[in-house]
Amino acid sequence: MSKIAISLAVNGEPRQLLAEPREQLVDLLRRDLMLTGTHVGCEQGVCGACTVEIDGAPARSCIAHAGSCDGASVRTIEGFDGDAVMAALREAFTREHALQCGYCTPGMLIAARDIVRRLPDAGEARVREELAGNLCRCTGYRGIVRAVLSVLASSKWAATAE
Amino acid sequence: MKPARFAYARPNSWSDALKLVAAGARPGAGTQSLGPLLNLRLAQPDTIADLRHLPGYAGLAIAGDVIRIGAGTTHAAIEDGAVPGRVGEIMANVARGIAYRPVRNRGTIGGSLAHADPAADWVAVLPALGATAVALGPTGERRISAAHFVTGIFETALAADELLRFIEVPVLPAGAHWGHWKFCRKIGEFSKATACVLALPGQPPRAVLAALDGPPLVIEDASALMRDAAAEARRIADRLPDLAPWRRAIAEAALRRAVERMRA
Repeated sequence: MSKIAISLAVNGEPRQLLAEPREQLVDLLRRDLMLTGTHVGCEQGVCGACTVEIDGAPARSCIAHAGSCDGASVRTIEGFDGDAVMAALREAFTREHALQCGYCTPGMLIAARDIVRRLPDAGEARVREELAGNLCRCTGYRGIVRAVLSVLASSKWAATAE
Repeated sequence: MKPARFAYARPNSWSDALKLVAAGARPGAGTQSLGPLLNLRLAQPDTIADLRHLPGYAGLAIAGDVIRIGAGTTHAAIEDGAVPGRVGEIMANVARGIAYRPVRNRGTIGGSLAHADPAADWVAVLPALGATAVALGPTGERRISAAHFVTGIFETALAADELLRFIEVPVLPAGAHWGHWKFCRKIGEFSKATACVLALPGQPPRAVLAALDGPPLVIEDASALMRDAAAEARRIADRLPDLAPWRRAIAEAALRRAVERMRA
């Protein structure tokens, strides 16, 4: 089966790749671009470890096949340097013990940043509802929820959306 | 595990898309249901025809008392209020309960309905809302009541050379009463039983029971359910064929709770 040409903008850099249609975005990111911060978990859209931003919105890179991403702008966990919300979340995750092994953390952070920007008034129940799509198998969520709530409480981020 | 090999096609016109589908290509929209099936090799299409770039695939038009929603409109857009009015309010709440936000950002209402997983939210909700599916085929559009669109597990009334083009939902009066309940042990997982009830002024109430390992059960006149929800829910659940007792029990509870929600 012949490969297809895929144009992506990844973390702001234009990239030209050749991919088999059956490959998913996460394969291209990890293998071709060595962006290994995006993790492969369940490969069926449930666990959230592979969450990246596609065209500005969080999406599962394990169920976004290569062709469907042609022309897309992709932002991975490596692409948030200089982002104020992400910086605050990283600090909060460290402070609140929101990670142990780190496997879920890149997806958690991208989901958490989306919550902070989209739902600036979210309380604990809403944060937990929104995080239901990111599985953590070691910290037990308390620290993660605390970290997200502390960033929500520290400022109204929606007004500072880039 | 990676998907079995397939070819990728990106039609730029609806006529090209219809030709690809007639030739056997599997239509792909957000691929949030198809993607997992590909990864698990439960689906092994020869070709995926990517519908996402077709003109007017996503979006919305209002014509009189009908809202026409492009089949490629994402759940997230609906969650964020793309559909106006009372029906939009109902649909936004339903959309918020579909899987997870990163899935809703790519998954589409038409893709989900055409995929026809019995446990899918729109499969239950659209018949209850009195929606119509608009299919596009070689000779033009064909309208199919949402109540008759899903015909079985992953089976629909679409012909092999048709694509789902629009979903039409009626504008609902502000006084429309709606109740919806689905059984999930974890937020975002597939429903084990879903029920919806809609009561409009001057019309018999409609109820739908879904996630039943088959097409949704549409009850066009659910007046008896409104009169005595507990007894009628039990009677309906008792008559469902081939369901394990625990499934029957939660189907009954879903109907009862949808009525309770409507009255809350």
